[in-house]
Amino acid sequence: MKLRKNVAVSEAGLLFNPVTGESFSVNPIGVEILNMVREDKSPDQISKAILSKYSTDRDTFEKDYHDFIGILEHHNLIESHEETKA
Amino acid sequence: MKKRKLNIAVTGLNAIDSPGPGVSVIRALREAASFDVRIIGLSYESLEPGIYMHDLVDRTYSIPYPGAGTDTLLARMEYIHEKENLDVIIPNFDAELYPFIKLEAKLKEMGIHMFLPTLRQFEERHKVNLNDFGRKYNISVPKSKVIFDLNTVHSLPSEFSFPMIVKGKFYDASIAYSIEQVKSYFNKISAKWGLPIIIQEFVHGTEFNVTGLGDGKGNTIAAVPMRKQYITDKGKAWGGISISDEKMLDMTRKFLKNTKWRGGFELELMKNKDGELFLLEINPRLPAWIYLAVGVGQNIPEALVNLAMGVKVTPFSSYAIGKMFVRYSWDMIVDREEFEQISVYGEL
Repeated sequence: MKLRKNVAVSEAGLLFNPVTGESFSVNPIGVEILNMVREDKSPDQISKAILSKYSTDRDTFEKDYHDFIGILEHHNLIESHEETKA
Repeated sequence: MKKRKLNIAVTGLNAIDSPGPGVSVIRALREAASFDVRIIGLSYESLEPGIYMHDLVDRTYSIPYPGAGTDTLLARMEYIHEKENLDVIIPNFDAELYPFIKLEAKLKEMGIHMFLPTLRQFEERHKVNLNDFGRKYNISVPKSKVIFDLNTVHSLPSEFSFPMIVKGKFYDASIAYSIEQVKSYFNKISAKWGLPIIIQEFVHGTEFNVTGLGDGKGNTIAAVPMRKQYITDKGKAWGGISISDEKMLDMTRKFLKNTKWRGGFELELMKNKDGELFLLEINPRLPAWIYLAVGVGQNIPEALVNLAMGVKVTPFSSYAIGKMFVRYSWDMIVDREEFEQISVYGEL
C-alpha cells in the first residue's frame, strides 16, 4: 500500500490532495502512521511501532488501523493495487 | 526602463455577492510587469462598488445596457475615447460580449484593441448549443434541451430524470426535483433573462473551474484549474484552491486547440464519482476569481492585454498548486456627491 505520491502531509497533520483540492486533517498518531506508510513500512512493522509506543492492544490497533486505511482509500489518497503493481 | 502606460477600460465593476470580474481584472492589471495602466471603469449602475474604488479605478463612465443596441454603445465609446484615449477594452459580462464583438473592427479603427472570441466561437459555445459543441469537438457534455414554451415542460420526464437543471440563457441555474419546480424556475429565470430556457441533465459530482487564455491559433497561453471550497447560495465561489488535475488541463488544451479559442474563458466542469469530466458551460470571458490565477503565477489579464496590443506572449508553463483565494466583503464610505456625479452625469 502506498500513499499517492502527490499527496502532501504537513507536520500539523493536514493532508492535501492537489488533484482534487481536498484537504483532511489527521491526529498526531495518524501523521505517524502516514509517515511510516510513506517509508514503505509493512502493516506489521507499523503495528509493532505503535504498540511499543502507546498503551493499546493489538486487536484495537488493527481495527483502528484498517478503519483509517479504509478512509484513506475512500478518499482516493492511496494508490490502487493496479497502480502499485504498475 | 520606463514602462509603457496603457489606458485600459474595464467593465464588470459590480463586486457584489454575485460578482463581476472587473475589480479582480483591474487588480491584475495594476500588478502587470510589462506595462503601467490608467484604468477607466465602465459601469451600468451607480452602485457598482468598483466605481468608488479610487485606488484601483482612475475614472468611471456609465455605458448603456446591451439592449440599447450597438449604435448607442458605439456613440458612448466614441465620447469616452475622446476623453481618455483608450488603448484596450476588456468587457467582462457575457451579455455585453455580443455588441462588443460586433464593434471590434470599428473600435480597432479608432485605435482601441480588444482580444475577444470570434462571433462564431461565441455562438458555438453558447449553452443553447452545448450538445452540438460536445459532439463537434468530442468533449463530454451533459445532455441538454432548449425550450421556449412552458407547455413543453410536461414531456421532459420522458427525456430527463429528476433532478434536472433549469438554466437561463446568460445566467442563473436551479436544480428542479419536480415538474412544478421546473415550471416555477422557467417562469422566474425567463422573466429575468428572457428565452430560451435550457434543461440540462444533472451530473452528480464535484464542481471545478478552469480559467485560461487562448491565442486564437489553438495554443494555450494560460490555464489554471480551481476547486470551489466555499460556495454562496447563488453558487458563486467565495473561496477556492488551485489544483493540478492533468485531465482537466488536457481537456482545456483540447478545447483551445480544437476551437482555436481567442481570449479569456472559464470552463465549468463536473467530475463524477468515476472520475469522468463533463463540461457544463463555457463562459467566454475571465471569471471573478481571476486574481487567483495572478496569485499562482499566471497574470492572465496582463497576457490578454499584450495579445490585444499585438505583443508576443510566451505561454505560461507552470503555476503554484494549493494556493487559495478567500473572498471578503468590505463597506466603503462614499460621499453622496460622488453618487450624484455618476448617477446624473454618468462620469466620476
